[in-house]
Amino acid sequence: MQSKREGAVIFSGIEKYAGIKQALEMGRKEVLSEVRDSGLRGRGGAGFPAGVKWNLVAAAQSEKKFVVCNADEGEPGTFKDRIILTEYPGLMFEGMIIAAFVSGAEKGFLYLRGEYKSFLPLLNRVLGQMRKDGVLGKNILGKKGFNFDIEIRLGSGAYVCGEETGLIESLEGNRGEPRNRPPFPVNTGYNGFPTVLNNVETFINIPHIVKKGAEWFKSFGTEKSAGTKLLSVSGDCKNPGVYEVEYGITIKELLKIAGATEVKAVSAGASGECISVSQFNRKICFEDFSTGGSLIVFGKNRTMIDVAENFLKFFKDESCGQCTPCREGIPVLLEGLILIKKGECPKDYLDDLFSLSETMQLASKCGLGQSSPNPFVSIINNFKSEYKLSKIAKKEKVFNG
Amino acid sequence: MAKECAVSKLDKGFLVCDETRSGLIPALQEIQDKKGYISDNDMQAVADKFGIHPVEVYSVATFYSFLTTRKRGRHVIRISECISNTMAGSRKIEKEFEKALGIKISETTKNNKITLERTGCIGMCDKAPAAMIDDALVGNITVAKVREIIKSLK
Repeated sequence: MQSKREGAVIFSGIEKYAGIKQALEMGRKEVLSEVRDSGLRGRGGAGFPAGVKWNLVAAAQSEKKFVVCNADEGEPGTFKDRIILTEYPGLMFEGMIIAAFVSGAEKGFLYLRGEYKSFLPLLNRVLGQMRKDGVLGKNILGKKGFNFDIEIRLGSGAYVCGEETGLIESLEGNRGEPRNRPPFPVNTGYNGFPTVLNNVETFINIPHIVKKGAEWFKSFGTEKSAGTKLLSVSGDCKNPGVYEVEYGITIKELLKIAGATEVKAVSAGASGECISVSQFNRKICFEDFSTGGSLIVFGKNRTMIDVAENFLKFFKDESCGQCTPCREGIPVLLEGLILIKKGECPKDYLDDLFSLSETMQLASKCGLGQSSPNPFVSIINNFKSEYKLSKIAKKEKVFNG
Repeated sequence: MAKECAVSKLDKGFLVCDETRSGLIPALQEIQDKKGYISDNDMQAVADKFGIHPVEVYSVATFYSFLTTRKRGRHVIRISECISNTMAGSRKIEKEFEKALGIKISETTKNNKITLERTGCIGMCDKAPAAMIDDALVGNITVAKVREIIKSLK
């Protein structure tokens, strides 16, 4: 596991199993407070503090507990987990083992998206080696009573299973339809047991934090977004790829690294914001321009309405259909977008579409539905010069929506 | 994982041994892998083994886009249609596949060999245009490579 990449935290060098050894030396309580003090926030996009999750699971009284790693990255333009899973899988598993040690879980799952099925042989080989090395199995590294093993479960091509409760439903053998939250997985997770559920990138930060300390970790990033972020940069740029950057980097700086010139827009995946040049001084962090890892670059000659159409079609395909705002709202937005594209959308109908978007953001059951109007809203707001509204009033037009 | 189990009786090749509901999707995935689709009979058999109604099995099987309840080609080509791929020309690649195979998207060749599909982002945007050829991720596909890919499928 020689690090081939360069980065301040995730790609900074660390000895094999150093994190686990350090954790066993420190003891549960100290590891917990270290993770909490580090301010590490969930890297899947939502940004919930990992330390808070871990504390809740550790404090829960239960005969069984679980650790689940979310490797179901499906956000358009995201491939950072692919790099971790193929180049640093051991370090990610170490993070899960430390989570198990702290929380008292004896079983872990890696929920691997079906698209990444070809990584299975490699991942199983790594797990096999870790069992041989005594960091998985019974009495890990000689610590009596510390038993933990990891099983890999495959997804089957459903974006919504990247939502934590959808993922748990899928693990339990059901349709991957997200649940109402609360209750949260920390107390009612896999099969109803307390579950630590974090993203691949969140787990890979853990061995570094435990070994090098919360203070060291906090020296990177911004006040509210400690550490670094793996960004998957794609689209119209010379050097697409995965970059580890400190939180707080501006879009402009990042575009320079990625070799993107003549850029019109940047989008944080399908569910994030899509912004134009005037906002390129914004910082990538939870408190400003937030992304789960996707950064898609759009060159000067791209039509942004087409981009919004692609994103909405994606959401239409991936909506699980259980709640009304998402299931019914997305097709209406899509139809509206086609009207806008044709220049046939009345101003007052656009207002209706914005109000529908707000309803979807507020009333959808899960993150997919809540964020599905984002590309519509941000592209229509940020790229006004790319479309013309119809002068006809809404009531004079007939809609099938 | 290799102990004798409920689903293994269905067909000797199956090694799924978790008979709790949690084992349902791995069982369906296994059938999908071995047979290329999950037939009504298989769904009934799985339902019996898991002690649930076949409609439940059907409802799960039809939720996931990589599980299919209808017969299709021995090989499946899934072209990513996420925005990074479309910008990199995935539609052109798609057309070339259609031309070379003599079928349209979502269709299967007459000899049941290859099914052509579109899929969401497959996490290969840095190597767009990309596709899943069965389980393998293939990136930087050019029009010239299309026929090569098809030839490599037995």
